[in-house]
Amino acid sequence: MYLYDELDRTLVGERVAEFRGQVARRLSGELTEDEFKPLRLMNGVYLQLHAYMLRIAIPYGTLSSAQLRMLAHVARRYDRGYGHFTTRQNIQYHWIKLAELPDAVADLAGVGMHGMQTSGNNVRNITTDQWAGVAPDEIEDPRIWAEVIRQHVTLHPEFSFMPRKFKIAVGTSRHDRAALRIHDMALRMHRNGDGETGFEVMVGGGLGRTPYLAKTIKPFLPKRDVLSYVEAVLRTYNQFGRRDNIYKARIKILVHELGAEGFAKEVDAEWLSIKDGALALDDEVVAEIASRFRYPAYARLEDNPPEFSAARRADRRFDAWVGNSVANHKMPGYAIVTLSLKPEGGTPGDVTAEQMDAIADLADRYSFGEIRVGHEQNLALPHVAQHDLPALWRALDAIGVATANVNLITDIIACPGLDYCSLANARSIPIAQEITRRFHNLDLARDVGRLHINISGCINACGHHHVGHIGILGVEKNGEEFYQITLGGKADENATLGALIGPAVPYAQVADVVEDIAAAYIELRERPDELFIDTVKRTGVEPFRERVYATR
Amino acid sequence: MTSPLQQKLKIVGPVVVTANRLADGAVVYRGEHGWTTRLDGAAVATSPAIAQDLLAAANADGLHAVDAYVAPVQLAEDGGVRPGNLRERIRSFGPTIDLPLHALRVKADHVSVR
Amino acid sequence: MPLVKQGHVVEDTFVRVPDDAPIPDRVAVIVTAERFLADADKLTARNEAIGVLWPNNRKVAELERWLARLALVALVFPKFRDGRAYSQARLLRERYGFRGELRATGEVLRDQFLFLIRAGFDSLEVTKAADAEAFAAAVSAYSVFYQPSADGRLAVRRQRLPRQIFAADHEAQQVQRRHYEPR
Repeated sequence: MYLYDELDRTLVGERVAEFRGQVARRLSGELTEDEFKPLRLMNGVYLQLHAYMLRIAIPYGTLSSAQLRMLAHVARRYDRGYGHFTTRQNIQYHWIKLAELPDAVADLAGVGMHGMQTSGNNVRNITTDQWAGVAPDEIEDPRIWAEVIRQHVTLHPEFSFMPRKFKIAVGTSRHDRAALRIHDMALRMHRNGDGETGFEVMVGGGLGRTPYLAKTIKPFLPKRDVLSYVEAVLRTYNQFGRRDNIYKARIKILVHELGAEGFAKEVDAEWLSIKDGALALDDEVVAEIASRFRYPAYARLEDNPPEFSAARRADRRFDAWVGNSVANHKMPGYAIVTLSLKPEGGTPGDVTAEQMDAIADLADRYSFGEIRVGHEQNLALPHVAQHDLPALWRALDAIGVATANVNLITDIIACPGLDYCSLANARSIPIAQEITRRFHNLDLARDVGRLHINISGCINACGHHHVGHIGILGVEKNGEEFYQITLGGKADENATLGALIGPAVPYAQVADVVEDIAAAYIELRERPDELFIDTVKRTGVEPFRERVYATR
Repeated sequence: MTSPLQQKLKIVGPVVVTANRLADGAVVYRGEHGWTTRLDGAAVATSPAIAQDLLAAANADGLHAVDAYVAPVQLAEDGGVRPGNLRERIRSFGPTIDLPLHALRVKADHVSVR
Repeated sequence: MPLVKQGHVVEDTFVRVPDDAPIPDRVAVIVTAERFLADADKLTARNEAIGVLWPNNRKVAELERWLARLALVALVFPKFRDGRAYSQARLLRERYGFRGELRATGEVLRDQFLFLIRAGFDSLEVTKAADAEAFAAAVSAYSVFYQPSADGRLAVRRQRLPRQIFAADHEAQQVQRRHYEPR
């Protein structure tokens, strides 16, 4: 848990005051919409189909229970009683009134939360693995580095009006749970031949109209050089990224046009001039930031305590949930618990204010007051003692966040789509809901096994459909909703873009198509434990295409 | 449904001018002299010239509503005005899904209280 | 279009000379980049101040050799959302040590004032008169900054550590003399 000090709080407070003034000047007409729009975007305020949408940053997906209670308060007081967790570890409120926004952001500032740079052509929320700090396979807590960078890029005078948005992700484990390669810039910590830790720097990833996976431009960057190198990349992008065409303005286009080597050369030329200046990170500065990450006073516990093992034997549902939603923790006797926000018939990532309050209470009781937000649109309790799992499960079950479908076919990632978003061409949520109904039987879902479905309502790809095992993209044809289906995408360390399997299918058939694909997989797999994604890799998409389009 | 904000003005059938209210973002429609939240209170244009005038008046009133654009409607036999496509139906009637407003059924003994 | 310098609206002592007009004597002038580069040695030899209007899509490195003799460099924000001149400003101040007047032109609005000052601009051709009057309020909106930058204010991470001033920040302060001092 990162503890804000009075300097962090002062900055957020000053931002709130400035925004209050800007809103007042807009409501009075002193600012036109053209002048106000970039300002409100810099505070995470979008105008959508029905209302304003407020996006609040959850830095590296870490929340305290106090912060989660405040998110519940905002949902109740200023919205319609719920919030939506996004694919970038943020939360969105879909029914905000502009006139009430200054009060809402003031309330959030009281717990150190804000919407700064959750929109606009600046550096956005820096995301990491939601298991940061507790995963057994990480080298260091990536959140420390995310925070080092976050501070540097917040209200940065040079990089607040870049050609387009800029998304950064940090990872420190071999298994990539942060989808590094679909980011504008990613830093992957690893050890070099001499055993030193440093970062592989990748740039130019991004989905949308022209999807790209990030390319490595610096195989090993020493830690001390992180800020100066980030600065050099941003400065190169700010100066040379395209400004003439909004669809060619992301850094991925610049990297593609210059080539990875060409781009790396430009960055290095800039970097060499600044690497030993004010941005060189000494150990003291990093240690100071790291010191404000607090870790729990873990008890000394054993794995698989008797009450836990007995409960697994006694209750099949509990056992299934443990097998699905509970992951290993770096500390013996503890566990990482994923809270599925994908109930049957529900909207992926939506949580009511009542649920938020209940989860906050459970976090206080069972997880040292800490909650995590994952880009898969689920939550996690990161510090749960195994002997508490039976009681925790009953409580989670009672509030509807214990569906044992994590990483299964009904654990769907979906953008809000045309039901909310003014950019969308088609709806995504009802598609997700129908799929959860078709596969609500957990035995069936478990038989299908690990399968990531990603749904986007338009080419902007906020649902990350390009990297879904099954990707679904909504398009519009003659006023009707159609959906393109891709197979074989991956978001992890073997990141891959999915392949289109055929012509777009109409809205009413999408769930049928998903059933056909699942059925084809079950027939084609070599053994029951061959994962869907591995079957697709082995057979290619052709057998799936045949099955889906045989009768269409 | 490509964002209508990028459209060139051409009319195929009856249209209204619609926007979002500045203060709260609510969907509004241009009437003869101002804005209404009700589609059946909107001024319906059947020619590009009239639509253009409505749009110009709407844009001149940036203090109350923003992002005005021309949206198709259907005229029902009873004289009622209906949204002309799915996007406008959703704007008019709200999301096509239930909002998660169901009351939480919490068993008191399963959820600890601070 | 009011010119704000050191926190106040001031008379512009520079005259902008179009490319096809002769350069008047005994007056500080600003010429375009093309005109300047075509005749730089002669222009920088004149007694009166010479300034150049530099476009935002050209590298400021091209100006380096004349910076010591340039009284003013004017950079351009064609739209306020086009932020290339922020990078140019920082390079001029921090890389090339430019000490003359660094002026922001184009679409210069109140909500960018603080960014502009922190990037190293010390004069602003402000688009709206009302914004010019609000300058003091605009730049005092924040007291906390995470980044070291040309205006010399200490970055947060330096404030936290129990040391006074660091060599690198001191250097940044030295480079930028004419930052805005609130009254």
